[in-house]
Amino acid sequence: MSVADVREAITQAHREEWARVVASLTRRFGDLDIAEEAAAEAFATAIERWAADGVPPSPGAWLTTTANRKAIDRIRRENKRGDKQKEAQLLYDDDPPEPPDAIDDERLRLIFTCCHPALAMETRVALTLRMVAGLTVPEIARAFLVQETAMGQRITRAKAKIKAARIPYRVPSAEDLPARVSGVLAVLFLVFNEGYLATGPGTDPVRHDLTAEAIRLTRLIRALMPDDGEVAGLLALMLLTEARRTARVSASGELVTLGEQDRGTWDVALIAEGHRLVRERLAARVAPGRYQILAAISAVHTSARDVRDTDWSQVVALYDRLVRLDPSPIIALNRAIAVAELDGPEVALAAVGRLEPRLAGYHLYHATRADLLRRLGRSRQSRASYDKAIELAGNTAETAYLTRRRDQLG
Amino acid sequence: MQYLVSVINDTANSGTPEEQAAIDVFNDRLMAEGHWVFAGGLGAPSSATVIDNRGEEAMFSDGPFVESKEYLVGFWIIEAADLDVALKLAAEGSKACNRKIEVRPFL
Repeated sequence: MSVADVREAITQAHREEWARVVASLTRRFGDLDIAEEAAAEAFATAIERWAADGVPPSPGAWLTTTANRKAIDRIRRENKRGDKQKEAQLLYDDDPPEPPDAIDDERLRLIFTCCHPALAMETRVALTLRMVAGLTVPEIARAFLVQETAMGQRITRAKAKIKAARIPYRVPSAEDLPARVSGVLAVLFLVFNEGYLATGPGTDPVRHDLTAEAIRLTRLIRALMPDDGEVAGLLALMLLTEARRTARVSASGELVTLGEQDRGTWDVALIAEGHRLVRERLAARVAPGRYQILAAISAVHTSARDVRDTDWSQVVALYDRLVRLDPSPIIALNRAIAVAELDGPEVALAAVGRLEPRLAGYHLYHATRADLLRRLGRSRQSRASYDKAIELAGNTAETAYLTRRRDQLG
Repeated sequence: MQYLVSVINDTANSGTPEEQAAIDVFNDRLMAEGHWVFAGGLGAPSSATVIDNRGEEAMFSDGPFVESKEYLVGFWIIEAADLDVALKLAAEGSKACNRKIEVRPFL
């Protein structure tokens, strides 16, 4: 077996088995720290052993068994001074058989523990990427532009809190489930956006990997909770957004707006899958949550072969539903952008103006105003708004786009 | 597992009769369901004295060990299987006493 084959087998096993191994060890030893360390050691051992002995017939089982032994070794080292009884129990329980459905259940436990509301949002994100997605601490640190030591400490502190405060390792009760699932989805959406918004040349590729990682984790949750509408909605939203990713930035690293994108470069397979999920939710006839509505809006856009074929009345109707669920000014701003297409820039400008007190520090508020003013021929005011938007924008692709637009004003 | 449920506020001994009644109902529930360990309200930080007897002689100083705008005005000690149970109880406690609350595990 070639070195490349072994490397490929390890990469695949890492993708497919990491969360399972960590989850089953956490269940068995009741300690995330031991589970994480033992899983990492098992993968390190696999690199050596698989190259020498070949890839085992069942990589997942091999990794779980090896990680179990590593964990027992560590516990023995730590318990050297005594507690023979505990040690005997560990010996007795070496390599227990696990039915596949129970393992799936354990991965869910792991996700809910990592996304527990008693942890800070940034901690939940880091812990989920480490424990469930299997990213290394340096990778997570780079993706979030944080010092490696700081990221390591964040994860260590989180594990210590989970242990000390006894954050439970279980799937929440039916009564708490909707709120807790929405907490998990918020983490995944944040991971996705962190990758998606990291556009432009010179951006660390690890940040782009975050979108793929977020989609992979959302697929996992979808497989574990196939009846949850918001899980399906978020997955659809991510797929329909990811489908347009390459079209969204030009060769020179400039943002390309939805209306100007080359729709021929959109990923048809991702769009088809996203549309299928949106149709599935429509057929369910259950009042949709915000991710399902956002996915439906994305589905309307991706259904139009040309921007002029966009069903803007449908888009505005969906935003109307969304505003009722989520009164945030950012949703209202996006609604106004669709209104401009339906009722003209004058009407939209009035709607945008009403958001000024809450959005004055948000670059897209000014970019939207600039665009509407430009379309109304009010160049001087448009230029001032572009200036403000450029000043506030943090993303190189967006800055490049806004600068060109401003400089094209007559 | 025991948790310290601290009540945080910027004035001590400021509960209204309605709040006191709601706290009594909550306490009865804690007792009935086996979560009750202990609870009490505290005097203002200005009534505190700090003692340091690590040296030759005990030192007494007037006032709390740290000055802050908000401070501990009362607490519960509860018995709960895990943090989810503790947080749920603490949320009800916060509603009952109409104050902000912090939950911390005992070692």
